Amino acid sequence: MSIWVDQDTKLVVQGITGREGQFHARQCIAYGSKVVAGVTPGKAGQKMDEVPVFSTVKDAVKETGANCSMIFVPPPFAADAILESIDAEVPLVVAITEGIPVLDMMKVKTVLGRSASRLIGPNCPGIITPDQCKVGIMPGPIHMSGPIGVVSRSGTLTYEVVHQLTVQGIGQTTCIGIGGDPVNGTNFIDCLQAFQDDPATKGIVMVGEIGGSAEEEAAQFITEKVSKPVVGFIAGLTAPPGRRMGHAGAIISGSSGTAQAKIDAMKRAGVTVVENLGQLGEICKEAFEQVL
Amino acid sequence: MKIHEYQAKELFAKYDIPIPRGKVAFSVEEAKTIPVEMGVYPVVVKAQIHAGGRGKGGGVKLAATATEVEEAAGSILGMNLVTHQTGPEGKKVRKLLIEEGLEIEKELYLSLLPDRATATVVVMASEAGGMDIEEVAASTPERIVKVHVDPLLGFQAYHARQLAFGLNLEPELVKLFVPMIARLYKLFCDYDCSLVEINPLVTTKDKKIIALDAKVNFDDNALFRHKEIPLYRDLDEEEPLEVEASNYNLNYIKMDGNIGNMVNGAGLAMATMDIIKLAGAEPANFLDVGGGASAEMVENGFRIILSDPNVKGVFINIFGGILRCDVLAQGVVEAAKKVEVRVPLVVRMEGTNVEQGREILKESGLNMTVAENLKDAAQKVAAVAKGE
Repeated sequence: MSIWVDQDTKLVVQGITGREGQFHARQCIAYGSKVVAGVTPGKAGQKMDEVPVFSTVKDAVKETGANCSMIFVPPPFAADAILESIDAEVPLVVAITEGIPVLDMMKVKTVLGRSASRLIGPNCPGIITPDQCKVGIMPGPIHMSGPIGVVSRSGTLTYEVVHQLTVQGIGQTTCIGIGGDPVNGTNFIDCLQAFQDDPATKGIVMVGEIGGSAEEEAAQFITEKVSKPVVGFIAGLTAPPGRRMGHAGAIISGSSGTAQAKIDAMKRAGVTVVENLGQLGEICKEAFEQVL
Repeated sequence: MKIHEYQAKELFAKYDIPIPRGKVAFSVEEAKTIPVEMGVYPVVVKAQIHAGGRGKGGGVKLAATATEVEEAAGSILGMNLVTHQTGPEGKKVRKLLIEEGLEIEKELYLSLLPDRATATVVVMASEAGGMDIEEVAASTPERIVKVHVDPLLGFQAYHARQLAFGLNLEPELVKLFVPMIARLYKLFCDYDCSLVEINPLVTTKDKKIIALDAKVNFDDNALFRHKEIPLYRDLDEEEPLEVEASNYNLNYIKMDGNIGNMVNGAGLAMATMDIIKLAGAEPANFLDVGGGASAEMVENGFRIILSDPNVKGVFINIFGGILRCDVLAQGVVEAAKKVEVRVPLVVRMEGTNVEQGREILKESGLNMTVAENLKDAAQKVAAVAKGE
């Protein structure tokens, strides 16, 4: 079992003929994901390797039955690409693109709320169910199939976390990067709910960072609705206030969004909080001992 | 991106948001001529720096005569202005805004900003103008009126009325306020602002509403569609090393510590800074060389980090995913040789082809410690920090 992506996921790649899109489409195929279509406006009828290219997402879905889209469209056009996927009623939309304007994402989020589609990202590494399906830019080989769900706002930090789990022999059901932007689709709570409902997931690792209040809200949700053990890590204890730490959403505004407040909230929710990232794997081994 | 008050007021003028008459001055001489040109005294002499709290720091002065203008301008221009937002080192004042003095009746607060939790633009107003809004929110939240604007529907008249009546404005001022706030919302959206704040927005004895202050920040991600906004950028207001880094497309933030660090990915970079702190040292910077981390990026990263004289050691933490560790190690070695890294270097590398990568590092002959894992790296960084 897993959440949201598995061996039945049929992927359409928006921006498949671009440099990034092509490279990562190939990586996903090499991992075993079923990439059934690509979309680049005006390039219908062409092929990227063996993958048929369409001009619109609607055509791609109609011809191939794609049920998940992965977006590599550059920032000025990325919001439009997401909206196109929502309009084509693609159930799962994964937006990798970094740098989409906030006002664009607000419109997307409003439309998303009226649709049946789920958006993961933007500005994220994607989602992977080890040995079944990789939708994103994460390195496949560091993952291992197993009982722990991983959700994170970051990219390489997620790889670090997953790698430490795998080294400890702790496999993963599904790993999700929800992205580092202030306005995104799927949030921590959506992922926690899905992991809680997934019988194969026995424990959860949640990786947050400074900025906003998503971790505090997630902590509240954990208190009320999550019975599985959760290990947490928050990046940015040393981050200065008022500065954007790489991710558009990673900023301490005034006194809100600090790492300490998030750590405190998670501890109150009974989450095992890892202070030193280097020890995450070992601490998980201990915290998940009962369920592994 | 941040801009100065006088620049924000230029934008306000374009949208018919009332502002005091005034002009920017770059010298005491210029400052003296402005009230003469405008034919008005008293005037307010305001330091122009990218930070709030200027009044409390002595950066805003009232002047009733030409002599007083000269004195005020002379004392503020060139001063090192320290406010709660500049940090203890302060910021040098290079520009002044000279504005007509107004007969103020009431000070209000007004701001627009994206609200992450609801994915809407929130407009906030308060009768508690001129104060720190965070304090107002904490102590008397009932004194703040908020409206959330649906991004697809846009700003509506009822939003404006809710704000106007929430501010207890007199009827004749409501008539001025309602169209003004609609124009301000338009400005916010037209320029992809990340903040528009007027603190204070004042009502005057002759029944006008005027933006006495103006703060406008922009969404960096949207600058591609506003070619005119980057022209407002003032490099004097930015840390020189950060300006240089941005020319290399590096995401660098200077800090006060002595352990430099270079990391691929923002989250891992923050976590790495935290590790340095936990190891008993202080990070000298934040530096994200991007998920890719090419040899050129690493070379430029070294150059930037080592330009900071406080740096006593450098910690490189790279998670090689799609980019293989052997390729990356080669890049680090070449870059370190080119830049002549003279401080101890701790390198921690993980991911694809990590064994080959570590081999390349160890055989490079550079003054470099290769860490086996993150825990090991933290100990090695601590040793460097202690000068061992």
